[in-house]
Amino acid sequence: MAILSLQSVSKSFGALKVSDSVSFEVQPGEALGIIGPNGAGKSTLFNLITGNIAPDQGKVLLDGRDVTRLPPMERVRAGIGRSFQIPQPFVHLSVYENLLVAARFGGEVGAAEAPGFCMDILAQTGLAAVAEKPSGGLPLLQRKRLELARAMATKPRVILLDEIAGGLTDAECGELIATIKAIHAEGTAIIWIEHVLHALTSVVGRLMVLNFGRMLMIGAPDQVMASPEVREIYLGIEA
Amino acid sequence: MTPSRPLGLIAAFAALAVLYALPAIAPRALVQDLFGVLTLLVLALNWNTLAGFAGLVSVGQQAFVGIGAYAMFAAIILMDLNPLVGVLIGGLAAAAFALPMAFFAFRLNGAYFAIGTWVVADIARLGISQWKALGGGTGTSLPKGTAKDMAFVDRIKAALDVSSAAAADALTYWLMLTLAVAMLVAGHVFLRSRMGLGLQAIRDNETAARSVGVDPVRLKALVFLLTAFGTGLCGALAFIQITRVTPDAAFSVIDWTAFVIFITVIGGIGTLPGPIVGAVIFYALQRLLADYGTIYLIVLGCLGIAVMLFARRGLWGVFTGRTGIDLLPLTHRPPKSAAPQPQASRRTA
Repeated sequence: MAILSLQSVSKSFGALKVSDSVSFEVQPGEALGIIGPNGAGKSTLFNLITGNIAPDQGKVLLDGRDVTRLPPMERVRAGIGRSFQIPQPFVHLSVYENLLVAARFGGEVGAAEAPGFCMDILAQTGLAAVAEKPSGGLPLLQRKRLELARAMATKPRVILLDEIAGGLTDAECGELIATIKAIHAEGTAIIWIEHVLHALTSVVGRLMVLNFGRMLMIGAPDQVMASPEVREIYLGIEA
Repeated sequence: MTPSRPLGLIAAFAALAVLYALPAIAPRALVQDLFGVLTLLVLALNWNTLAGFAGLVSVGQQAFVGIGAYAMFAAIILMDLNPLVGVLIGGLAAAAFALPMAFFAFRLNGAYFAIGTWVVADIARLGISQWKALGGGTGTSLPKGTAKDMAFVDRIKAALDVSSAAAADALTYWLMLTLAVAMLVAGHVFLRSRMGLGLQAIRDNETAARSVGVDPVRLKALVFLLTAFGTGLCGALAFIQITRVTPDAAFSVIDWTAFVIFITVIGGIGTLPGPIVGAVIFYALQRLLADYGTIYLIVLGCLGIAVMLFARRGLWGVFTGRTGIDLLPLTHRPPKSAAPQPQASRRTA
């Protein structure tokens, strides 16, 4: 059974359809990439999946269970983790404490196991050295890593990454991809919005294209990128 | 841990020992004065948790003082209960009132929440004024000798060789001091707990907190309820010593909320020792300016404004920032062995 399934999910802000009858499924352990021009409704789609925005129509199913009416904090506990496009750390807490909140609440990790659990994730995401630093003063790469690490600490079965590679140098991007690949290899399903195409295609097995809130295409990355329509809409604008 | 921390703790315990010994060594007037300061300290510890940590800037805490006081009077006068049981009932009554109050006030945010709580507190004052059995708008007094008949007063009287009234003052003073210590310890334990960590996350970023599984409304409601209980206990105990209650005195926004906000803000809002520092300064100013009447309030106001402008984390916050000394830190430190443990507690699949 699909771990996450959207069934004709629609959402309008006034006259603007930001999500137009979007349906797709993500299998356990799968990695799905989402691309589309700015304003295509990619981040809105994430907010619909996490419960930050309620859809006008349609359903969101997690493991076949209807979670459309659940608030964000309950969806996190049910297994949907997310990173924000603009990093949103708890600035007065240390990096370690940022993870501790996520582990104790979203991940429902007990008090005894939580410290070791968080340190493991910090090591995996390359943040162990800055564990005690206040998260407010971190440079961009580390803030991006913290977004990823904090989402991991909620013990997600599907993790949503929103432009996590944006704004990084090539070297930084490469390091981050390696970390994401490792997370994927452990069996966590990934849905990843990204403009940095080479980062995306090195991880995901399928690619979905959004335009004006509609799903234009979904399939193998090379097939999708070969489509003339996608080249025109997406790459035409990028160039 | 810095070497200054054990020293600080030793100093704190020494100060506490002196405070407990005070009724045996100091004049009764000082004990009464300090009772008033401790009352404000307990209220400030509660308000600090509410506003400084949960972000609920309430200007209606006098509702819980008043309801605690009146519930205690009702327990003694109408139900003939022991005054100390009355204090407990005062706390419970305040917590019970917090439920419907939260139902209305939690629909509001920020400044609207502040005004909303104030309005609810005034409604409570007007409502209590209709309670004829407890004197209506003019209030009522405790039956003569209530304080002196409390448990232990006789023994304190014999041990300290003082009048019954002084012994009763000593007892209420010790209870208030114990309540202050208990509130401080409880506050520290709570803020270091899972829920305290969640509160700090909400304070920093509510959207992000929700996205890692923290339920802001539930946590804030819990804090609102717990601090209402603490505030109610404090109000009830304060009015045992005052012995007379009127709606205007019990629900006074100046006495029970404005002074408390002042103490918390100059001491350091959102820090645990802040209210203690604030209470000490408040008491010192009160003594220094006692002969100047209204000027005293003007000076307090100016000092409050100055701290808000130039030291937004309060005097304790400035001290901690300059010296790095924090007596009651809330930080969770990572485990010592920073080396990654081999996949011990990672989830499977």
